[in-house]
Amino acid sequence: MPTESRSEPVRVDVRKTCKLFINGAFPRSESGRTYVVADSRGRFLANAALGSRKDARDAVLAARAAQPRWWGATAYNRGQVLYRVAEILEGRREQFIDEVSRGEGITRARAAAQVAESIDRWVYYAGFADKVSQVLGSANAVAGPYFNLSVPEPNGVMALIAPERPSLLGLVAITAPALAAGNACVIVASQAHPLPAIGLSEVLATSDVPGGVVNILTGSASEIGPWLAGHRDVDALDLTGVADAALATDLVQRAAGSVTRVRLADPAEDLTRVPGLGRLRFTCQVKTVWHPIGT
Amino acid sequence: MAVSTWQPILAPVPDAAPTPAGLIALHPGYAPFAGATLAEDPAATPSNAALTASLRGLPAVDAVGVERRAAALASRSIKTTAKAQGISLAVSMIDLTTLEGSDTPGKVRSLCRKAVLPDPADPALGPVAAVCVYPDLVATAVTALAGSPVHVASVATAFPAGRASLRVRCADTADALAAGATEIDMVIDRGAFLAGDYATVAAHIAEVKRLCGGVHLKVILETGELATYDNVRRAAWLSMLAGADVIKTSTGKVAPAATLPVTLVMLEAVRDYHALTGRRVGVKAAGGIRTTKDALRYLVLVNEIAGPDWLTPAGFRFGASALLNDLLMQRRRLTLGSYVSPRDVSVD
Repeated sequence: MPTESRSEPVRVDVRKTCKLFINGAFPRSESGRTYVVADSRGRFLANAALGSRKDARDAVLAARAAQPRWWGATAYNRGQVLYRVAEILEGRREQFIDEVSRGEGITRARAAAQVAESIDRWVYYAGFADKVSQVLGSANAVAGPYFNLSVPEPNGVMALIAPERPSLLGLVAITAPALAAGNACVIVASQAHPLPAIGLSEVLATSDVPGGVVNILTGSASEIGPWLAGHRDVDALDLTGVADAALATDLVQRAAGSVTRVRLADPAEDLTRVPGLGRLRFTCQVKTVWHPIGT
Repeated sequence: MAVSTWQPILAPVPDAAPTPAGLIALHPGYAPFAGATLAEDPAATPSNAALTASLRGLPAVDAVGVERRAAALASRSIKTTAKAQGISLAVSMIDLTTLEGSDTPGKVRSLCRKAVLPDPADPALGPVAAVCVYPDLVATAVTALAGSPVHVASVATAFPAGRASLRVRCADTADALAAGATEIDMVIDRGAFLAGDYATVAAHIAEVKRLCGGVHLKVILETGELATYDNVRRAAWLSMLAGADVIKTSTGKVAPAATLPVTLVMLEAVRDYHALTGRRVGVKAAGGIRTTKDALRYLVLVNEIAGPDWLTPAGFRFGASALLNDLLMQRRRLTLGSYVSPRDVSVD
């Protein structure tokens, strides 16, 4: 039998379609639009969904429906679920290191440090879930026979605009405190480097966080942001990722129409440092209760 | 099979009607429907065999075609000023409904206030067409709506199952009428219909219509239980023949409730019946219509199938409760330019 050299069949890559994360599912943008995600040298990385105002509307609807259940779970259980997110992040470290280093154009070592810090930050806030009320609440001394208790409660539905960089740590730093306090979130991911956010949405989908508690949109913050800011069903707006002063002004004005709480970007904030209580405090509103003693 | 010996019941087709002869020539099953309604002619008691032959003579529904057509019409995009107009029209067509065992007089009163003035921030909007309640709460609704143009509709005839004797069903209706209901929503006997006993179904409708007199009678087909589009078409024609003023899809207690294809079949029936007899029967889609988008799809369907003459509160109604809040939210969204919170509208 003559020997015949047969070349190995060429394997066709299975390419990933990057989608949005709304209500626990991965839909394409309602608008049908996509945009090209490139690495730091302009080479093609992926096509990502370009979210529209209707995607934002659907996301807010999902978040509003999911929030009572998330807040209704015991704080201890919320902590456990968030810790599980950290476990799964840990298992997918290599993927995140790859996405962060290629997207941001930084060395693998620096990307690995960012991913490690992100996972640690997630664990940090997972631990906070059942300590928020002790740390931010208080029993107040008052001039009368009353118990006077200040209790932190979540804002409800929060819209978060993630910073462009650091692409994973920035996202985690604003999302984890909101979740620990019992909020549901709609997040606009980094436009230039959305792949770690898409990876995080896959982690969240497999980690017992109820569908709709976190919704991640990819696309332009200047396009989606105004609709989220003006949305009357959004209770708080975190503008950490909005560096442009004109856009920030516009968003703040829109948010004022429905008396929405706003946190502006703080140029002095270093997201890589272990945070203080500021972010956690913004995710809660304090309710003070008076109760007569002895009745 | 011998075609029915049953002849058109009363007067022949009026000359003004648009060529019913053409319809009859195409579909012999239409012929018996050209007379007056059974309710108007107590002497007419068509045999079940004659009714069966007539209804089986109706052309069969092309199920695939109906669903394709409904889906195609549902894909139309209605925006800005057309949307605003559609929303106002839809509000005026709503039968604001509460049919729960837990209904209280207080809940009915607050629903009535909302029916008269759906959006307190915008007195130009509304009122809705009617408030729909159980018979024992009709008196409460009548008092609350005194002096307003809003009708009081009452479900009757052992709603929602209809599993009671004709005597009981009529007594239920008489109670609602005595309490002041200006519209009656009756259910057909689906068991009799599915068993092929069309004469009983028709006789019950005719009897209730005679009891109602001038009061508007809506006949609920409960299409979710009729299994096929052919049955929906037959039930629609049977109800119109017996004397229905409006044919209604569902009670809202059975899934699936109103769907676009079923409503399309019913709209075709009222259109053809009008062409044949000159009498305009309305359609009411009830159950499961919760969003503005859904409501606008139904309005497109009405306009395209039955025609613009049906785009009035007399020609088409929505049986709904949650729909009104979504219409109000969408209306505000159009004026404000930003999305609205469900907390901005009243809780029913």
